[in-house]
Amino acid sequence: MFASPPTQTDRKLRARLAAARITFAGLLALVGALLVLQPREAHAMKIQEVTSPGGIKAWLVEEHTIPLLAMRFAFAGGAAQDPEDRAGLAHFLTAMLDEGAGDLKSSAFQERLEKFAVRMSFDAGKDTFRGSFQTLTEYRKEAIELLRLALNEPRFDEDAIERMRRQILARLQIDAKDPDRVASRAWFEAAFGKHPYGRPTKGTLESVKKISAADLEAYRKRVFAKDNLKIAVVGDIDAKALGSLLDTVFGGLSEKAELRPVPAVVPKEGPIERVIEMDVPQSVVQFGHAGIARKDDDFVPAYVLNYILGGGGFSSRLTEEVREKRGLAYSVYSYLYPFKHTALFLGGVATKNDAVAQSLSVIRKELARMASEGPTEQELENAKRYLTGSYPLRFDTNSKIAGQLMWIQVEDLGIDYVEKRNGLIEAVTLDDLRRVARRLLKPDKLIVTIVGKPTRLEKKDGS
Amino acid sequence: MATIIQGVLIVMASLAISALSEEAEAAGTRAFHDKLENGMEVVVIPDHRAPVVTHMVWYKVGAADEQAGQSGLAHFFEHLMFKGTEKIPPGQFSKIVAQNGGRDNAFTSQDATAYFQRIAKDRLGLVMEMEADRMRNLRLSEKDVVTEREVILEERRSRVDNDPGSVLSEEVYAALYRSHPYGSPVIGWAHEIAALDRASALAFYRRYYAPNNAILVVAGDVEPEEVMALAKRTYGKIAPVPDATRAPRPKEPPHRAARRVLLKDARAGRPTMQRLYLAPSYTTAEPGEAEAIDLLVKALASGATSRLYRRLVVEEKLAASAGGWYMSTALDYGRIGFYAIAADKNELGEIERILDEVIADVIENGLTAEELERAKNLYIADYVYESDSQSSLARRYGWGLVTGLTIADIEAWPERLRAVTLEDVKKVARKYLDIRRSVTGWLEPAPAHTARDGSGDASAAESKSKSKS
Repeated sequence: MFASPPTQTDRKLRARLAAARITFAGLLALVGALLVLQPREAHAMKIQEVTSPGGIKAWLVEEHTIPLLAMRFAFAGGAAQDPEDRAGLAHFLTAMLDEGAGDLKSSAFQERLEKFAVRMSFDAGKDTFRGSFQTLTEYRKEAIELLRLALNEPRFDEDAIERMRRQILARLQIDAKDPDRVASRAWFEAAFGKHPYGRPTKGTLESVKKISAADLEAYRKRVFAKDNLKIAVVGDIDAKALGSLLDTVFGGLSEKAELRPVPAVVPKEGPIERVIEMDVPQSVVQFGHAGIARKDDDFVPAYVLNYILGGGGFSSRLTEEVREKRGLAYSVYSYLYPFKHTALFLGGVATKNDAVAQSLSVIRKELARMASEGPTEQELENAKRYLTGSYPLRFDTNSKIAGQLMWIQVEDLGIDYVEKRNGLIEAVTLDDLRRVARRLLKPDKLIVTIVGKPTRLEKKDGS
Repeated sequence: MATIIQGVLIVMASLAISALSEEAEAAGTRAFHDKLENGMEVVVIPDHRAPVVTHMVWYKVGAADEQAGQSGLAHFFEHLMFKGTEKIPPGQFSKIVAQNGGRDNAFTSQDATAYFQRIAKDRLGLVMEMEADRMRNLRLSEKDVVTEREVILEERRSRVDNDPGSVLSEEVYAALYRSHPYGSPVIGWAHEIAALDRASALAFYRRYYAPNNAILVVAGDVEPEEVMALAKRTYGKIAPVPDATRAPRPKEPPHRAARRVLLKDARAGRPTMQRLYLAPSYTTAEPGEAEAIDLLVKALASGATSRLYRRLVVEEKLAASAGGWYMSTALDYGRIGFYAIAADKNELGEIERILDEVIADVIENGLTAEELERAKNLYIADYVYESDSQSSLARRYGWGLVTGLTIADIEAWPERLRAVTLEDVKKVARKYLDIRRSVTGWLEPAPAHTARDGSGDASAAESKSKSKS
């Protein structure tokens, strides 16, 4: 009940962040002293590092006001560990873990999940295989047992495998005609070719047809281990009870993952422009080039820079120039996408076929302007206000806190990162941004994939 | 006078299942409800876990209140609300929110238009001031209007025209509602969007954007007294507008013939089908009916244990996925929907035959006691899970009030759900899963058309009426 009706429509296509330069005159009259930002703690919460009797570590935030528990965990590995001819294996496994385990066949397992109101789901990125688990305090014991079974004793029954295969194949066929998916997939193929990052995470019609129970079990055994596991728990549980939960769920996994080395890689250097013809009224464009690694000292300045350029919704230059001034698109954006073995700067726009050339030209111009001039002092100030002030919004539900704490561990940023993070943003200077803008932004080296029927495009490469 | 209403979930302490009711009690929220002198309703849902608030203003106007020929106006106007006032320079609203560490957005549905910000609690006064300001003092330039109209046409292409599944849904809704405006899409028909202008936007604004036609919902790290004090200082200063209330919408005539819509589109990845039935909403249903429909649809078509999934996906293997839903929150009509995506073979006819069997069986025999119990449990658990999110709670109250329910209705929901019997479910199945009240839509892959009018509209929709019995 009271779920949002499906036909609503928002002002922004993706939940992206908003803000930029402002004339304060009128506003100051309106809001007076409220605009003066008080420095404040990002979030006053206590993160405990819990080690179970069996030696498994997790970060815990106790929160007893609501009788539920949220857990997020990640195994390093992800789709980059798919064998070359089994692209989509990790993704396939995400669909199989709740399809029967132990003595419980698929339907019995699903019925128990419902009976005890357990929320359990799995997800594979290129570098991690992730789980999300929520339970009500009342049913914690039963819920934990189901999670233990899912991770340790999945059945991989033939009928369940075939059913999930049909579902995945249908999805792939639908995605193959979805302009957004096609543009993204083509971009990664163009950038990475045969490298594991160039392979589609959900696989292909061919590779998914080959995946067997033995493949799934082999992947599970190799990747689900204690030494590549990060866990975050938030909710109605104390450290002692969590210790026992951790041993129950994860204690039976192998000590050491057997990960195949994934070579470091830089995306192919552009300019490359690929047009994939599709009979749609609006072209979908993905653009990007090499980015900056999460561990690089320039990552935080680059993050601030990107907020100003294309990450800040209505406060970003791209939205201002493409959408607000010219009405060319509903959605235009850029973001930093750091992987474990590469780093990307990516962006996108969707615009009617005869406006693709103009939109791309405006975007290139903005990238070039930022690379040569950098942002203004005011833009930096505004970005800092948003990025520091909005940080607590990432910590207002148990699930979101657990997600944040899992990623901080995956990225190896340290248990004090939540406290340090706003200071890192505050320390960024205009000189940093100018330097990083020159280093990062290469409008002449973009890989651009366009899906639709664009007109009046100039050739950007020899193809 | 202000009253503190004992929350939603506490009500459930008396419910039959003791285990979940304890959970529910501990998860209890306390929704405060009051009214300003100018008629604006105020709801406050304290949640002190993080120092942030969700601030929403809901207007009791939506796409279904547009005049004929002006489809899309409510949504178009929602975009224009971000342009500027005397005090806020054009295009600065969201930027000011962001500079204060907040995020903002808005959405439009058939029945409501809502604006919201999520922000640190010490900025609540700021966003209330800004939101109150734009309730009456918006300034629109001709250029802003014209540029934003282009943006919305792009939004329509993204959401609908680029996606055959969305095109089919639009056609199915148009066939389901023959007289009621729910048949027009919220975003609007492209040719009608193209004709919207500044004058029509301003007329819409002046009529509906008034404190006596709005609901304030604040959830988060605040106390009701603080919010009331701020509300009086901001929204409380705005004079009510006479006749801001929307007019009743046209009613549907009796539905006597099942309708079918067939869309053949080269861009369809798989054949898919959907079946929609005209249904009542929580606002218009007889007491207990909507709760019974919720439970019926959950057992019938929601998730891997549901009857539809088991028959179509597990046993017959005709569908790659299948499910259903009940759109229950609406001022006028709701709708019940089922869908399936064909697996290897393209047998939509066979899929539809089995859907009809599953429906005929539940009309004849109802659910089992176990199915009903499981469905109730799931809903009540959802209710507890929802208390983890202040935004979800704010929306629960906002949707309820804006579609004409009372706080008491909203908070009594778990209790009413618990009271539904097997007989109640059978009754609503018989009453509302009547094929004559339905539209069946098929989307089939088809070779691309060779003749084109150049508009880039790749869909060829044909709609015809036909009785199935």
